[in-house]
Amino acid sequence: MMASRGEPPATKVVLLLVPHKDASFHAALRERFRVLDFFASSERSQLPAFLGAAAAAPEPPRAAIVVGAGLIPVDAAFLDAVPSLRCVMCLAAGVDFIDLDECARRGVVVANSGSVFSADVADHAVGLLIDVLRRVSAAERFVRRGLWPVQGGHPLGSKIGGRRVGIIGLGNIGSQIAKRLQALGCIVCYNSRTPKDSVPYRYFTNVHDLAVESDVLVVACALNKATRHIVGKDVLEALGKDGVVVNIGRGANVDQAELVRALKEGRIAGAGLDVFENEPGAPGELFCMDNVVMTPHVAVFTAESMSDLRDHVVANLEAFFSGQPLLTPVLPHSPVN
Amino acid sequence: MESLGVLLLHPLDTYLEQELDRRCRLLRLWDAPLDRRGEFLLAHASSIRAVVTGGGSGAGGDAALIDALPRLEIIACYAVGFDRVDLTRCRERGVRVTNTPGVLTDDVADLAVGLAIAALRRIPHADRYVRAGLWKANNGHYGLTTQFSGKRVGIIGLGRIGLAIAKRVEGFGCPVSYYQRTRQQQAYPNYTYLPTVVQLAADSDVLVVACSLNEQSHGIVSCELIEALGPRGVLVNVGRGEHVDQPELVAALAEGRLGGAGLDVFEAEPDVPEALMALDNVVLAPHMGSGTRETRKAMADLVLANLEAHALSKPLLTPVV
Repeated sequence: MMASRGEPPATKVVLLLVPHKDASFHAALRERFRVLDFFASSERSQLPAFLGAAAAAPEPPRAAIVVGAGLIPVDAAFLDAVPSLRCVMCLAAGVDFIDLDECARRGVVVANSGSVFSADVADHAVGLLIDVLRRVSAAERFVRRGLWPVQGGHPLGSKIGGRRVGIIGLGNIGSQIAKRLQALGCIVCYNSRTPKDSVPYRYFTNVHDLAVESDVLVVACALNKATRHIVGKDVLEALGKDGVVVNIGRGANVDQAELVRALKEGRIAGAGLDVFENEPGAPGELFCMDNVVMTPHVAVFTAESMSDLRDHVVANLEAFFSGQPLLTPVLPHSPVN
Repeated sequence: MESLGVLLLHPLDTYLEQELDRRCRLLRLWDAPLDRRGEFLLAHASSIRAVVTGGGSGAGGDAALIDALPRLEIIACYAVGFDRVDLTRCRERGVRVTNTPGVLTDDVADLAVGLAIAALRRIPHADRYVRAGLWKANNGHYGLTTQFSGKRVGIIGLGRIGLAIAKRVEGFGCPVSYYQRTRQQQAYPNYTYLPTVVQLAADSDVLVVACSLNEQSHGIVSCELIEALGPRGVLVNVGRGEHVDQPELVAALAEGRLGGAGLDVFEAEPDVPEALMALDNVVLAPHMGSGTRETRKAMADLVLANLEAHALSKPLLTPVV
């Protein structure tokens, strides 16, 4: 089948490079596009062979659906392997595994999940914050172990209203966290690459100074060179022994070894963590701590977000294939969260 | 108030107890073994002019106690709920009653929101999953939970605590409806009044019990209400255990007729039924709505201030009767 110049190709071929999604996600894609699913293919263990076969086909793929988590980096080598690609659709907000400059050089447009997950991630961050300060999970363990009749009262938590919360990264997610925390009576401050116009929160030019003036630090920024270990020993010391860290960014935003040390030594008061270095799994030293709440990187995983994501991916790909601009394009050096 | 004889019914708070000991003549009811309480009261009746009690299942202030203390002048509750105090008998005897409203409003509202998120997003359950090493063992997918933002929140009782909850959930884009004995639509144009509590449940994804316990609200979370709330609904209770038909609640949760629950209070605290402990779709808290260091101190100070006002024949700060 020959497509005439200027008309969209008759077949919309999409590489699916994402492990196991639910059936409705696959169905929605297959209804509209021709999907080449790497994780379902027989060449499962050999990405180069799979990409080579796709690239050599009469109708090579023009779009690829990818996600981070260290699976398949979208770099020069990847783009060389499938030169027909013109669109990369990332299922996450974070695109740290995508070489945006290389994509731009080759005219490959990149889309991310935009603000599809923002409310859920914000809810999870606030849920973790309340849990740590009010000891919800620790108290649950207390009740479930049958200790309430035996020991009487459970240790008291800390009042949330009036707490100063410093948000690192005031993008979609950070802003939604701020809105919720204000409703809880917290005092919100933030650090971001640049100050945001017309937000009522105090801006700090660096995370250390933010930490000095905060009772709780919430990590809500993207992971890149500048933000790797942005919460390290220095910042933890500035936060202080009554301070709490909440991380819904990426594990590598926090110097995990330092955090664990600080918690063990009582140099900070607690932590609520959805992300870790070297997932899956969290540091065993934290498992006996009542002032730590850990969740297995679930902040985006609600039924509602997965359904919204499906619609969002379809909409972006349809836009691409019909020559329209992407709904949520990511440019080199633009904020992604 | 050095000469004020105060009977503390049960251990509540170390700071409160120390201050009562320091500033009054303190007697502790639990110094007497359970089966000798009657004798204890008899022996000390002539000196007890004040009683301090809490708000959980162990709270006191019933007619029997009031009758056993002929010199009783005031019952000060270290709680906002005074459902255990026999107000009728107090009025008959001229006994004053105080509670601790206001100072704990924010904490209880915060916990209600925290329990709603914890139940829908399964945070304590996910935390147990990680601690059990299951994340590493299963290499990934914990499973999908339910979004909180934008869910319809129904509040039973739009008093101080109910309003504080409404204000908070608005920050999550949740539309708010409510039921209470008297409609107040003019004051709250953003919130929808529903004329029956079952209708409220039918129109809600998350239903929060935030009303006081009295004859009308006893058992308000009935079988019918639970059915209206349904298999995708979540109940949050920061009121009293007696607001809920607990056996019905447990059965509904176990059978999936109710989606989930976040419970801070129970029928017979500190006992929580084994059947509830066995469930994963419920978050359990040991009556800690006001459980922060800051608020418990504020509550204690309010109890002490009320007692002092009484001792000095000044107006009580937060009288109920």
